[in-house]
Amino acid sequence: MLGHDVLIVGGGLAGLRAAIGLCDRFKVGIITKVHPLRSHSIAAQGGINAALANHPEGRDDTWEKHAFDTVKGSDYLADQAAVEIMCREAVNIVYEMEHWGVPFSRFDDGSIAQRPFGGAGYPRTCYATDITGHVLLNTLYEKAISKGITFYNEWHVLELVVRDGVCHGVTALDLRRGEIAPLKAKATVFATGGYGRVYLHSTNALINSGSGIGMAYQAGVPVKDMEFVQFHPTSIIGANILMSEACRGEGGYLVNNRGERFMERYAPTAMELAPRDIVARSITTEMEEGRAFEHPLGAYIKLDLRHLGEKRILERLPGIRNICLDFIGIDPVTDPIPIMPCQHYSMGGIDVNERCETAVKGFYAVGECACVSVHGGNRLGGNSLLDTIVFGKLASLFIPEYLTGQAAPPSEKLLREKETQAAARLRQLTEGSGGEKYYRIFAELAKTMSDNVGIFRKQQELEEALRIIAGLKKRYPQVRVSSPKRQMNYELMHALELGAMLDVAQTITLGALLREESRGAHFRRDFKTRDDEKWLKHTLARPGGQGEPEISFKGVSFTKYQPMARQY
Amino acid sequence: MIRDDYYTFKILRYDAMERSLEPFLASYRVKVIPGLTVLAVLIRIRDEIDGTLAFRSSCRAAVCGSCAMVINGKIDLACRTQVAPFDTDTIILEPLPNLEIIKDLVVDLTPFWANYEKIMPWLVRKSPAPEKEIPQSAAARHSFDQYVNCILCASCYGACPVPSRDPGYLGPHAFAKLERFMGDSRDERSASTLAVVNHEQGVWGCDTVFRCIDACPKDVRPTDAIVALRKRLVKYKTKQMLGMGKDED
Repeated sequence: MLGHDVLIVGGGLAGLRAAIGLCDRFKVGIITKVHPLRSHSIAAQGGINAALANHPEGRDDTWEKHAFDTVKGSDYLADQAAVEIMCREAVNIVYEMEHWGVPFSRFDDGSIAQRPFGGAGYPRTCYATDITGHVLLNTLYEKAISKGITFYNEWHVLELVVRDGVCHGVTALDLRRGEIAPLKAKATVFATGGYGRVYLHSTNALINSGSGIGMAYQAGVPVKDMEFVQFHPTSIIGANILMSEACRGEGGYLVNNRGERFMERYAPTAMELAPRDIVARSITTEMEEGRAFEHPLGAYIKLDLRHLGEKRILERLPGIRNICLDFIGIDPVTDPIPIMPCQHYSMGGIDVNERCETAVKGFYAVGECACVSVHGGNRLGGNSLLDTIVFGKLASLFIPEYLTGQAAPPSEKLLREKETQAAARLRQLTEGSGGEKYYRIFAELAKTMSDNVGIFRKQQELEEALRIIAGLKKRYPQVRVSSPKRQMNYELMHALELGAMLDVAQTITLGALLREESRGAHFRRDFKTRDDEKWLKHTLARPGGQGEPEISFKGVSFTKYQPMARQY
Repeated sequence: MIRDDYYTFKILRYDAMERSLEPFLASYRVKVIPGLTVLAVLIRIRDEIDGTLAFRSSCRAAVCGSCAMVINGKIDLACRTQVAPFDTDTIILEPLPNLEIIKDLVVDLTPFWANYEKIMPWLVRKSPAPEKEIPQSAAARHSFDQYVNCILCASCYGACPVPSRDPGYLGPHAFAKLERFMGDSRDERSASTLAVVNHEQGVWGCDTVFRCIDACPKDVRPTDAIVALRKRLVKYKTKQMLGMGKDED
């Protein structure tokens, strides 16, 4: 049986960083459903936050100020001890990545360049033009190759194998050969990314199904704060491709159909650089009140970069310009970019502590699939790349304690049983008698989430979404795919993931319904204010009887930042 | 107003697991609105018409490099190619050349990645790491910028005429990646490591017909890298002949 000391699922930044930290001492394997360089980390544009104080206007920046901005940005739902760890480690992480080869953009003095970003008191976002995720991912992959780490590329995990509170590894489908294999591991790390694709309109890669989070949940691991879903203010209309916050960091304006920089009404000081939740709501309000531009692809607001000038756009935002030219035939040098807000990031995820540990022994989660929580109710731009690398590294520091301590050998017998069950499940999908198509359920789910569980939420719409999801869950066992062959059968993989997506969507929606307040990215039209007395706590969901989520709550950890009104 | 039209997509179908069956072009008729990309059409065909169709995709934003293929005879990313601007209502989709087909539009990139690994694609440092960043001027950073943009989509490898006659040829992507490090002021690999490309399956095997440049969706010019590496090799050789060729090791 294939086996590793540590099995990492996901080849993006978090998974690679964890593997690099462990591979010198332990037998490490990385399973990923796509080649690692196709992971969604590659798409991050704007940058990574660290208080390097390189920027002329940021000389007195400190990690403590970074931590304060992060906590305030989170609407005080982030765990402050974890935030402090992340922001202190940020400086080391950026230097380490630079030493490993990341080609950061540079200031004239040869130091790493930094730019202003939303919700930050100082210009502390380190960047490589507007392809920061691309350069970070390439560098970590290069490092992994130099260390000879074992990759299982284009393998799709079927189940997280847990018994009596201990993780034994996974079962997986080798997509190319079409074979099911159990993989045993003393420690398993999920670095499987966010759940953006449960929404119809998302900036996320098509692979971001959230199925890793759903699999952990199905194995009985609690998931946390799932209702906190970030909507990015600026995606191009139609294709919903991200237009980096760096566009506004570099000085871009948001303009409505009256030619107004409307952010003045909502965040008079920070303007376009208010945190994402606030800007996304402001844009949506402008649209609802008739101040948007009309287009067959939908209403839009203009992101205007023209005043930055051609030189600055080509130098700082070349990728943005190329995306505009490729996808909507617009050159931001001469024309404003038509944008709309859409789903972008999953603040919620698998419940972990600052040591990346879950409630299950030998099972860890890092990156966007995990919820520490360092982002609370709203993540600041530039903190997600940071989260992936910091907690990937921390996981690699804490897992050895477990491996050399209480870790027990995984049970091959249990994994064989799970292999047999997985084969039966695949047979049901390929040869069952059901007549349901996965994409019909998938399309209905995505539309429901975008329509009913979006930027503005209210009780009736959330209840309706829960009813629809329950109906889709009833239909799911009837799904059958077109071909009985398992090799490179993408329809089969999507059908498998859909089961987990339905659970993920249900926990998001139920969390949103129960949380009768507005905090960060979770805004209830029927409960418009933050309610610290009742709701300064995390939502936990685990599978209960009849497959319904069982909800409980957990307090937020505080160090020195007391909740106050969030004004920008 | 958005006008929509019917297009015929002819897609190469083949399954390496069924070698007795020849590759063939399957036709699908699809309604297309302006702005719709080839990738969006492929997803629709797989979801609504034929669930057995295989193709790779991930970011759908021309940054991850998953979906390079031949679209009406020209290599490009399916996700950034719009259907409407084509001067025809028939679109032919084929897998990348120079690579074995696994299924339909999915090719086996094993040789592509193996060649990438051969050139030691990582920053080589010998000096101890400084406390802060290794200084690099903005101009020095800019000098290798085009190679940083490479997304390893294999478009160049598919377009190159050399791999079809010499499967051992390293390929444009490997040269672009090596020059990305050779041109980086922080990289301290010794000049002798250039031996990895100093042969007919290396930079001297290039036909210099620039097809890699035409095919690259990210404006990388692998031929520039090949020329730069050749110059580095000549310079290194000259130094050696003049007795200055002691390797920096």
